[in-house]
Amino acid sequence: MNFDELFGHLGQHTVDGLAKGSIYALVALGYTLVYGVLKLINFAHSEVFMVGTFAVLGTWSMLGATDNPGFGLMLVFLVAGLVGGALASGATAVAVERIAYKRLREMNAPPLIFLITAIGLSLVLSEAFGLWQGRLIVGMPTILPQEVLFTIGNTGVTNTQLLTVVAALVMMFALDQFINRTRYGRGVRAVAQNPDTAALMGVNKDRVIMLIFLLGGLLAGAAALLYAIRYGNTRFNVGFLLGLKAFTAAVLGGIGNLRGALLGGLLLGVVEVYAATLTSSNWEDVAAFVVLVVVLLFRPTGLLGESLGRARA
Amino acid sequence: MGLAAALFAAAGCQDSGGGGTDNSNASDCGGKIAIFGAFTGPNAGLVIPSLNAAKLAVKQHNAANADCQVTMQEFDTTGEPQQATPIANQVAQDQSFTSVIGGHFSGESKATMPIYEAAGLVMVAPSATATELTAGGNKSFHRVVGNDATQGTAAVGYIKNVFKAQKVFVIDDGTPYGLGIIDEVKKGLGATVVGSDKVQKDQTNFDATISKMKSAKPDVIAYGGYTNEAAPLLKQARAGGVTAKFLGFDGLYDPAFPKGAGEAANGAIVTCPCLPAAEAGGTFSADFQKEYGNAPGSYGAEGYDAATVLLEGYKAGKKTRADLLAWVDAYDKQGVSKYLKFDETGDVDKSKVVVWSYQIKGTEFEPQQEIKLS
Repeated sequence: MNFDELFGHLGQHTVDGLAKGSIYALVALGYTLVYGVLKLINFAHSEVFMVGTFAVLGTWSMLGATDNPGFGLMLVFLVAGLVGGALASGATAVAVERIAYKRLREMNAPPLIFLITAIGLSLVLSEAFGLWQGRLIVGMPTILPQEVLFTIGNTGVTNTQLLTVVAALVMMFALDQFINRTRYGRGVRAVAQNPDTAALMGVNKDRVIMLIFLLGGLLAGAAALLYAIRYGNTRFNVGFLLGLKAFTAAVLGGIGNLRGALLGGLLLGVVEVYAATLTSSNWEDVAAFVVLVVVLLFRPTGLLGESLGRARA
Repeated sequence: MGLAAALFAAAGCQDSGGGGTDNSNASDCGGKIAIFGAFTGPNAGLVIPSLNAAKLAVKQHNAANADCQVTMQEFDTTGEPQQATPIANQVAQDQSFTSVIGGHFSGESKATMPIYEAAGLVMVAPSATATELTAGGNKSFHRVVGNDATQGTAAVGYIKNVFKAQKVFVIDDGTPYGLGIIDEVKKGLGATVVGSDKVQKDQTNFDATISKMKSAKPDVIAYGGYTNEAAPLLKQARAGGVTAKFLGFDGLYDPAFPKGAGEAANGAIVTCPCLPAAEAGGTFSADFQKEYGNAPGSYGAEGYDAATVLLEGYKAGKKTRADLLAWVDAYDKQGVSKYLKFDETGDVDKSKVVVWSYQIKGTEFEPQQEIKLS
């Protein structure tokens, strides 16, 4: 147990953990949105993220991106990557809903069936990318070179870390406002609360469901861009573990609860980095899931434990 | 989901079996050779040259010996012990197989060698280097390559004498191979090792490892493992401002490594108990170039040697599993990679082992120097 390292550089490890957790949080929002409305775990969401990373890479190679572009080009690549990733992920998420869930929903299939089609579709997507793009790790150009922006004590905060955390917070806030303040958001909350009554009140349930899949997909695409900037690689199975962690984050914070997903993601990132620092990096998953089990033992509904429907009902 | 993926992959490898068959009806010469290893999957780049070289050896043998045709069948394990095990059982039960080339990785070799031993099948491994493989008294296992103790000693020599490092940070991936070689390095370097971390399979982000490295401020990083984790790790470490020299072992002597790590891999050193193509004996290098249109990469010469040891046995009239095992035990001849003679544990004669250092320039591995084992 390397306590000297952990407490000697506690700030640094916390910043690392928050940046890591921000990506979990963005992907977790996709799980939580769908669960909040449909009471359904969309296990194919991990592949929505994976498609996003490849779309970012594809967009960059199409534009001929190279390492360390100038400031102007960098902005172009960032925006193009965001658009490409978000569009691809959003389209994938909507397609997942249309192909794997819509018909089952209309036939009132039991929840277990949704789970199996989700896992099936997730495998189809990941294996298809494995066959198409190869199973090797794929490197990406370094669009935004890391630089230490400012230092507090012995904690250096880099531009990519700051960008990741701020982007996650902004998107989380925007989504929260969207769900709680807009007319569409009211529809989402209504369907989450009671789909039949919402339908009687004139809410188009199908459109709401498509909207939440689209929102989840867009956020996963944004997460894919941040991931590409921070980690610079992707692979056909990149979504598997990350998706599992994001799902864990959603459950940890209280699944169906948007703010819970953010809290869960950040917490999970910090716990993982602390655990990896105390022992070694191959223990981080153990720590992450131990925390999940312990939290659920004491708070079975997660830390913030409300559903989307009940929040501000 | 991981299990299902494994099943898919396992089903896929059954189809590819038989791809190395060069003939079907000519006069049989003592049965078939099974060759197993990671022919697909993330670390296949490391193994394909050996497979191709073995195929070349079989082709040359069959062309020269019309009366003694040997068949080699491929079994793809993707390097995973759990996929290599059912294949080993299949080969052991099929009496038409009389010898085995493999494993290529240490993990799959460790998992399958008891099965092959029980079946009395001789194994000749081109590239499984973990020290422990020959320490357990397994009668079946032989390798035409130096073990990690030797490679570790060489790397320690390189770190001390060429890098002249004061502070070394070591990382392993927890596999028998990665853990084994890093243990050797730690033993050899002693107090020079200022920090360590362990990564896990398929890990893609390494924040904690990088922070640890930054605190330890090493001048050399030694990494025991494969490309799949090493490439993103090195890339992120360089992006994060870690400037220490990077030293990897034969697991990274794989074209995918500089490709995955990009610019970050430039200047990295990889040690390998394998010969540079130009140094290999005989006409092997030229023949390989002619057959495949590229130079033999990692372990090409070793794969050729492993096949040759067995093929000469068939030519000498050895037709049973027991005869071929005795043949390999008694083998004593110059190969293309080194002089081949096995000691009682199955290791190649230690005085004949050569370890080279290679430096990555762009996407190429440039042979740098032979590391003297004093």
